[in-house]
Amino acid sequence: MSEATTTTPTAQPEREKLSKKAITADHPTWCPGCGDFAVLASFYKVLEKRNLDHEKIVTLAGIGCSSRFPYFVNGHGAHFIHGRAVPLASGISLARPDLNVFLFGGDGDGFSIGGNHLNHGARKNVNLVYFIMDNFVYGLTKKQTSPTSPIGFKSKTDPTGAIDMPVNPMKQLISAGATFIARTHATQVKHMMEMIERAMDHPGFSAIECLSECVEFYPDVFDPADPRKGGSFELIQEKKWDNTPEDELRHDVTDELAAYKLAQLPFPGVFGVFYQSDRPTKNALEKKWIESSREKTGNASDLQLLQKTFDRMK
Amino acid sequence: MGDPVNPDLSAVQKSATADKPASPTATPGPDRADLTPENINDAVIRLAGNSQDGIQTAGAFLARLAGRSDHDVMTYMTIPATISGGPSIFQVRMGTGEVLSAGDEADFLVAFYQHSYQDHIDFLKEGGVLLYDSDNVEPNLDDKRFMYVGVPITGLTVEALGGTAKDKGKNIFILGLIAKIFSLDVEKLTTLIKEKFGGKDESIVNTAIMAFTAGYAYPVGNVLKKHYQFEHVPKPGGRAQVTMDGNQAIAYGLIAGGVRYGAGYPITPWSSIMEMLRSELPKYGGMFVQAEDELGAVSLSLGFSYSGYLAVTGSAGPGISLKSEAIGWASMAEMPLIICNIQRGGPSTGLPTNVEQSDLHQAIFGSHGDSPRVVLAASTVEDCFYIAIEAARIARKYSTPVFILSDTSLATRIEAFDEPDLSKLMVDPKPDLTPREGGFKPYDLEKVTQHVPPGTRMLDGKYPLVTGLEHDEHGHPTGSPKLHMAMTAKRRNKLRKLAEEIPVPEVYGDEKGDTLLVGWGSTYGPIHDAVKMGREHGEKMGALHLRHLHPLPNGLEKIFKNFKRIVTVEMNDQGVYGFGQLATILRARYCEPKIESVTKTDGLTYRVKEILQGVFPGKFVSARGYSPNRPIAGNGEQDVEIARHESITQGVG
Repeated sequence: MSEATTTTPTAQPEREKLSKKAITADHPTWCPGCGDFAVLASFYKVLEKRNLDHEKIVTLAGIGCSSRFPYFVNGHGAHFIHGRAVPLASGISLARPDLNVFLFGGDGDGFSIGGNHLNHGARKNVNLVYFIMDNFVYGLTKKQTSPTSPIGFKSKTDPTGAIDMPVNPMKQLISAGATFIARTHATQVKHMMEMIERAMDHPGFSAIECLSECVEFYPDVFDPADPRKGGSFELIQEKKWDNTPEDELRHDVTDELAAYKLAQLPFPGVFGVFYQSDRPTKNALEKKWIESSREKTGNASDLQLLQKTFDRMK
Repeated sequence: MGDPVNPDLSAVQKSATADKPASPTATPGPDRADLTPENINDAVIRLAGNSQDGIQTAGAFLARLAGRSDHDVMTYMTIPATISGGPSIFQVRMGTGEVLSAGDEADFLVAFYQHSYQDHIDFLKEGGVLLYDSDNVEPNLDDKRFMYVGVPITGLTVEALGGTAKDKGKNIFILGLIAKIFSLDVEKLTTLIKEKFGGKDESIVNTAIMAFTAGYAYPVGNVLKKHYQFEHVPKPGGRAQVTMDGNQAIAYGLIAGGVRYGAGYPITPWSSIMEMLRSELPKYGGMFVQAEDELGAVSLSLGFSYSGYLAVTGSAGPGISLKSEAIGWASMAEMPLIICNIQRGGPSTGLPTNVEQSDLHQAIFGSHGDSPRVVLAASTVEDCFYIAIEAARIARKYSTPVFILSDTSLATRIEAFDEPDLSKLMVDPKPDLTPREGGFKPYDLEKVTQHVPPGTRMLDGKYPLVTGLEHDEHGHPTGSPKLHMAMTAKRRNKLRKLAEEIPVPEVYGDEKGDTLLVGWGSTYGPIHDAVKMGREHGEKMGALHLRHLHPLPNGLEKIFKNFKRIVTVEMNDQGVYGFGQLATILRARYCEPKIESVTKTDGLTYRVKEILQGVFPGKFVSARGYSPNRPIAGNGEQDVEIARHESITQGVG
């Protein structure tokens, strides 16, 4: 244990390229037409493209329709309790930097019951990818108001229309301190894949909000953002740093205030990367502390260390 | 303050029963060298002051000195719930024999303030010594039961330290005085002081040594008729003693047991464990995370455990309540986890700095659904160390959540115990990531679950899922009535299997007789002392102390058969049906109407006399020189309610 927090490499038998077939598990239990199918398909495609070591893919989730995700991926995974998947995933990420930690969930899981964990996971900048399928409604429990339901939305818990101001996911993530924040749409597979890949490449708490329609309890709500239904899917134009006049108008993803301004745009808003910063991860900071602590002990063995402590208590 | 005529010597009075009544304005007595040393093998010293006086520090020095001198030692400490200040005590019992409890009454009371004197004088035994700060305390010298030694502690400390330190350092001054009175090893004490304050500003060590020297040099021999010397009885076995408190023992036990990861949230009296682990674990290549809340803490810990490193979380009752849902997940998903509950008085915020054993049912049953988990309880500080290793072993072997129950009294008291043989105890924490052959099922109905950590290649290409939904053997969700029944049985049966390997605890005292006291947790000492005393008074009685509370070891019924009465002694309420929490479990388990209980809820540790009074009402009212009209509680409260419950007659068989 003392030598490293990570595990010793073991001799691995030959492996084939990761295929969609290899990572497909149970058939999804989502309703036909649910936006989450497209998210799953995009995720498969990214895994295939990146050809990750199969055993190093870990999918995790809390509770909700979208949180059924781990059952549909053939890989190591865990289905946890409502709202607490961020700290669960944090534990795995911190103890096992060799793993690719993917966390899936919905708006209720992330912004309501798990709101505190989202804030602190983001603040601590734990290295993981958190994909939030936002459908503006509680679907698993059959149409109650969610933290992202717009004012006026009629649900079983707001029969005359929702009255509470909804959470703005982008604003929330920016102020909480997430270091990669993006927004995408379940009808845009290519864009989803790009966002997932960029999130994977970012060291730190990478959160993606994906508008994913609930065809059963809140249909057509995302049409204004769906070009196939006459909406506009307006992309964020990121700065190229090419000293052109056009570049002046483009978005600087490291500018927190600019990101906040983009988040203020009325629905359907814009899509792409809102914010990205290279703040050190908790993983890196803890590792640094472990290394300096180990060094101070002269890399003593566990037995030597504890014996020394007990010698002081004699 | 009524200054004594001779301020240096202060007032001295001996008990009226003494040969020569001493005058309050005692003339200087014979030199200390002329005094007959009295050999003692047991002394209870209570330091009473305010929490900012550092009496814990002075008390801890005494405890550690005793540990280094082969004496057994047991301490008792109360901390006020207020943020800073407020009355506080530290009690040290040092003995050359086996010291089990902190002591029912003090041989020596050190009172810093008038309130310290008033609140604790009734705790001093007749003929005992009151050492008081004559700058602050005016005792009733007409009460002839005690010896009075007034020393202008505040003034002398300020004088010794040159005034800049004000009266900080009184604790160390007192330590010097006590060292003189009890002929303690000055060299060892100064070494301890240097160790404690070393590393800081050098002037702090010097100031402490100055205060100590001033206390030691004070001519207390002029006013005491005798001085004391501990008999030196070398310990058999030859292992050195280590001295620590219960929370330290749990933290180091976890490290020995191979726990390298954990997460927590601050709460009294659990916090010191998380503080220690936060600093210690990185040295071992591990990590302890301060989480955003209790739910985050347990979830992080489950993440660590899932990743292949058995993890710990902990709290006191309120935090455990918050963790309950996730602990249920650990039962369902069969994830190993250690949960420490350092119990305090409840419910709700309750009595944050007092002691209670009222979370037993919460530990066993405290999640929704049938959620079997293992519950262990530490009985002494030494046991805190070993039970943590045991908890880690069980959690791994049975892939289950395991509770360690401790409490405020164990957490804060310091005991000396034989140094553990670490070379035989250390457990390697590395997860096994060797690739697995085909056919692995995380929830195989024929086996006790052993999860495969992520990062492990599954050579048949089928990867396991752990889940809180009811599942089949592969971890896929199921609503099958048959499977829910089978899986519920699987989760419960592994605890039955564990019960088979738990040793039946030995009965202390009479193995057959009239009364068997059954205890769990920190009441070990007073219960055993009560049996000792009861047997000295002719009672045929024994004691059984349970470390494994869920599941219980098999075979207890054979022990119960040998006694007419089974009485649990617990620090919790008798509840609606008249039985303490353990008694309730035992009655349900054994359908044995002769099981009854003695319980109390005053937030203080049991005194030996209280136990005997509760178990044998009407007898033992003046045990160890107690007069029946003296209040029980050291803080001057009236007798607390000692509940003794008649067994309810019911048909058996």
